[in-house]
Amino acid sequence: MSPETPTPNKAKVSVRNLNFYYGDKQVLFDNNLDIADGKVTAFIGPSGCGKSTHIRTYNRMFDLYKGQRAEGEIIVDGTNILDPKIPALQLRHQIGMIFQKPTPFPMSIFDNIAYGLRLHTKMSKSELEGRVEQALRSAALFDEVKDIMHQHGTALSGGQQQRLCIARAIAVEPELILMDEPCSALDPISTAKIEELIDQLKGEFTIVIVTHNMQQAARVSDHTAFFYMGKLIEFDDTEAIFTSPKNSQTEDYITGRFG
Amino acid sequence: MTLMQRRVVMNRAVMILSGLAAAIGLFFLVWILGYVGIKGIGAINWDFFTQLPAPPDTEGGGLSSAIVGTLIMTALAALMAVPIGIIAGTYLSEFGRDTYLGHTVRFLSDILVSAPSIVIGVFVYLVMVKPMGNFSGWAGGVSLAIIMLPVVTRTTEEMLRLVPSEMREAALALGAPYWHTMVRVVFRAATAGLLTGVLLAVARVSGETAPLLFTALNSPYWSNTLNQPMSNLTVTLFNYAMSPYDDWHALAWGAAFLITASVLVVTITTRFILRDRSKR
Repeated sequence: MSPETPTPNKAKVSVRNLNFYYGDKQVLFDNNLDIADGKVTAFIGPSGCGKSTHIRTYNRMFDLYKGQRAEGEIIVDGTNILDPKIPALQLRHQIGMIFQKPTPFPMSIFDNIAYGLRLHTKMSKSELEGRVEQALRSAALFDEVKDIMHQHGTALSGGQQQRLCIARAIAVEPELILMDEPCSALDPISTAKIEELIDQLKGEFTIVIVTHNMQQAARVSDHTAFFYMGKLIEFDDTEAIFTSPKNSQTEDYITGRFG
Repeated sequence: MTLMQRRVVMNRAVMILSGLAAAIGLFFLVWILGYVGIKGIGAINWDFFTQLPAPPDTEGGGLSSAIVGTLIMTALAALMAVPIGIIAGTYLSEFGRDTYLGHTVRFLSDILVSAPSIVIGVFVYLVMVKPMGNFSGWAGGVSLAIIMLPVVTRTTEEMLRLVPSEMREAALALGAPYWHTMVRVVFRAATAGLLTGVLLAVARVSGETAPLLFTALNSPYWSNTLNQPMSNLTVTLFNYAMSPYDDWHALAWGAAFLITASVLVVTITTRFILRDRSKR
């Protein structure tokens, strides 16, 4: 299967012949695709189709778990990041990740954002404060939390917590942000805010978002990939996928005939 | 009798029986606590905390040395068992989930939790008291530490497992090394639970008599050094309760009351800590 490239945009990530295994069970089969630089790419598909597994290979999160392994190549800026010689720490520094459930750390709002910054660079207090504020502003959260910076991150609402996590991720200036169903635990208003935020962040960051919600994929993404049973079935401009899918399985899923 | 009536009768019968069983259990608990309270509280006064034990049939006298000795040996045990237990529990939860070593440690900890404490006392007697030639506060601390260790290890493991794996992944996804993630994020998220484990372990050892009888023995004097037999509440309680003197009996009741009350306070404290955590 040749890699599909929807638009002739520079590729941020090139996935080649990616196979993934949980022990003996293969869950991804020869995935090939290019993630366009500065764009939003959405992964859709029914539960268990492998879209989350796929996204978790980009920062080698599966390294943590015994028996999980990936084969193939994932080339980010010319480097195959599946190469065990590439240190995972450095890789994860360059690739942010947002999870399904908001994961504020058990510390103040300020320290939540400062955590990643302190890890990687020594900076003065005023510089640190500047970077924290900047990250919170980028995540459209600053005005809501500026007076409660020293309260616990868990005191925020679910939607605010998720934006706090986004602020924490973008504070370390990653090139790529992975979002694994970032809105599935949020109410519609918070979801709308996150979607608006994704729109603002694209261009500066390359974003890959896994979502169960097809309307969300249609709203926020430039390109959409449809996964089914561990295979990449179709990958195209979002508009093309939702208006004139080439594959009948894609069409069945999008029109709600299964999944 | 219809089937329906039978079910109603059966339901009532089971309810009465289970209620009765609960009442019997509660009755003895209240009896013991009440008896210890009534008998013990009379012995508690200023002298009880400040005076050394007096010879039989003399006025006054207290258990100051025993109180201090118990506190010292419990603290010594905690100093040894808490760091090891927390690190071992971290291994079990983070690295040893499916390893041979992990399974072994978990299994042995579970056995050690339910091991009769007198066995631990005899063990420490053989490996410490005999070679060193005398009973000592050190030996007492070590035997209490051995009892605490599996409690701390297992609660640490349980509490760390309650921290969602997304929390670890979120920190790692920022490029944090694993140790940093543990120390700065996961331990912090589990602080209340870890503290509870430590307090429960303290409560567990504070009533132990047998392991001290074989290790620290007891002493009627101020214990200035850990190298000598050390006065403690539980063995004193045992000795005084067995003695023929009325004023020693009174002190024994006082000791019983103090130990029970301390365990109660520690247990209630852990309840509060955990409740606060779930509120957040």
